[in-house]
Amino acid sequence: MGYHSVVCVKQVPDTANITGEAMKADGTVNRAALPTVFNPDDLHALEAALDIRERFGGAVTAVSMGPLAAAEVLRECLCRGADRAILINDRRAAASDTLATSYILSRAVTKIGSFDLIFCGRQAIDGDTAQVGPQLAEKLGIAQVTYTERLLELHDGAARVRRSVGNGWEVLDVRLPMLLTILDTANRPRPSAARRVMRFKRARTAGEVKREVEASQPGASPGDRECEYAAGLESLKMRGLLIEQWDLDDIRAELQWCGISGSPTKVYRVQSIVLTKEGFKEVQATEEGIRTMVHELIVEHTLS
Amino acid sequence: MDAPMMPVNREGEVLVFAEQEDEHLSEVSLELCGKARELADRLGVQVGAVLPGWNVRELSYRLIAHGADRVYHVHHTELEHYRTLPYARVMIELVNRHQPQIVLFGATALGRDLAPRVASALRAGLTADCTDLEISDYTDPRTKTTHRNLLLQIRPAFGGNIIATIVNFDRWPQMATVREGVMRLHDPDPQRGGDILDERVDFSDFDLSVRLVERQREPRKVNLKAARVIVAGGAGVASRQNFQLIHDLAGAMGGAVGASRAAIDGGFIGKEHQVGQTGTTVRPALYIACGISGAIQHRAGMEESAKIIAINWDKEAPIFSVAHYGIVGDLRKVVPLMIRAIKEQA
Ligand SMILES: Cc1cc2nc3c(=O)[nH]c(=O)nc-3n(C[C@H](O)[C@H](O)[C@H](O)COP(=O)(O)OP(=O)(O)OC[C@H]3O[C@@H](n4cnc5c(N)ncnc54)[C@H](O)[C@@H]3O)c2cc1C
Repeated sequence: MGYHSVVCVKQVPDTANITGEAMKADGTVNRAALPTVFNPDDLHALEAALDIRERFGGAVTAVSMGPLAAAEVLRECLCRGADRAILINDRRAAASDTLATSYILSRAVTKIGSFDLIFCGRQAIDGDTAQVGPQLAEKLGIAQVTYTERLLELHDGAARVRRSVGNGWEVLDVRLPMLLTILDTANRPRPSAARRVMRFKRARTAGEVKREVEASQPGASPGDRECEYAAGLESLKMRGLLIEQWDLDDIRAELQWCGISGSPTKVYRVQSIVLTKEGFKEVQATEEGIRTMVHELIVEHTLS
Repeated sequence: MDAPMMPVNREGEVLVFAEQEDEHLSEVSLELCGKARELADRLGVQVGAVLPGWNVRELSYRLIAHGADRVYHVHHTELEHYRTLPYARVMIELVNRHQPQIVLFGATALGRDLAPRVASALRAGLTADCTDLEISDYTDPRTKTTHRNLLLQIRPAFGGNIIATIVNFDRWPQMATVREGVMRLHDPDPQRGGDILDERVDFSDFDLSVRLVERQREPRKVNLKAARVIVAGGAGVASRQNFQLIHDLAGAMGGAVGASRAAIDGGFIGKEHQVGQTGTTVRPALYIACGISGAIQHRAGMEESAKIIAINWDKEAPIFSVAHYGIVGDLRKVVPLMIRAIKEQA
């Protein structure tokens, strides 16, 4: 018995702490200058899955699509209790919008095979779209419950779920398999157990092993490096520390639905609204002073 | 992945999803009818509204009065209360049947649950939570092709740190969810004519597989988080009567009303308006603090606002340390001056 849960997690720029330095002169965001974090809502998705495993048995698989650096959030999933972690990494997936992302994730979930529950965070703090969850559910042909407050019951292949609807709540009965997006009020994510951290901080993807070999043996011959790399992978696998890394071919994704060609929405332009921290202006409490201030706010579109 | 993609249809309507609950249309649906009217007039096409529900035909007249030319009314017992799958089926069917060029949803909890499911099935692009929409030509920098009369979908991104403009030219329809309260709600025109068309949609077993067990709706709460402008009052406002000034300024700016805890403790306004550590954390484009000293617990909930104006007669008040504009003076004099300046210039 037990339930197999798949949790979708994302590494995101820390948009809550953006400073002037993160903005380029043309008003676009310099992602490289931003620290990254585990998308906050996704921690609650992971916790919901771990909780199900604890209560009913089963397994938790964490999946993330992103650059090699996104292995960091998967390591954290392992430290917090996930049984398996998979990174979807492929240059051809770059610039995917939510539609292309949900397609790629649906291919990854299909490769993972059988599952009962898919958990996503309510939304990611870089885009705040909340779209990938419902789109992934549609691609997989399963029901969705967004804004989940609580999983009330789980038995006989069905779940009873309470979700928020903004100005109230509702309770739904849904047959498995299904997808849930989880609110941050749904639970309190457990901290990582020290014992797991000691163990899983050494978990690596193949891409990371390759990089580490290249960095540690700059002078070695390609053959030697290849040996070192193969040995490294084998040893990680034996110790259960390999974060699987799949590309678009591994998940048999059709390229026309991935990356730029799979993304109908295109960014036309971006304007920054946090400029470099501007100074303080004292405004005279007179008709003239206030009129000037209001005029400034209208010109810069703060007021419309 | 074998559904046919919708062709570009320049004659296609601007289609609005009309959200209703318990036979009440959501305000954003009416705002969208007005915006859709504007966009459709630019394009020389018509405005359609999809109204799914059970015994809600009467609501069609309000949609027409707010700008719809045609209401596609779908009457079915399974549509009495919102559930994702049957509602998605209705939207997917009607979009395929009528081939609109633009489809708009309110960015409510319901709209944000429904729209991505529909967009995914249609394999169309979807932009979330737009704060503005415009029609304009667009030249693709890669191919140098110019696309005429596209929908510019404008929205904040990156935690509100940037404003992005999104276009969608190679796969139709162009779809967006639109934030509540940002499009003007026009006065209804009861003389406007329009057609009500009864549409039939069939559901599969899967569409009906989720069961609604229980539901509870609370009276609408203030939505401080979604507000672009917040005018907040503190202990310095001094009375419930004076607090009308704060409501008036918020009204003139199309903003929401916030408050410090001292204002709530003083009984000037309800607890749901509280900003701060034990209230709501907000990051609007503009926050105006009137008669608020700026205690750390208050600042924690508002200091990340893009622009802050502080009005306080004590020039040492800590609120000035986080403000971009500081006005040292009596709020009873300053606030009316601001209302006047806005009415003059807007
Ligand atoms: C655990 C804890 C949690 C808290 N959480 C919150 C919270 O979430 N939100 C919150 O707001 N507070 C919170 N507080 C309370 C907070 O510490 C302050 O007491 C509160 O914010 C003060 O509100 P105020 O600025 O309106 O009042 P005051 O501090 O009394 O300030 C009033 C200001 O108005 C000015 N003023 C008076 N008359 C005029 C006038 N006619 N014209 C112009 N200016 C005038 C005065 O100069 C003064 O600066 C919390 C406190 C604790 C201990």
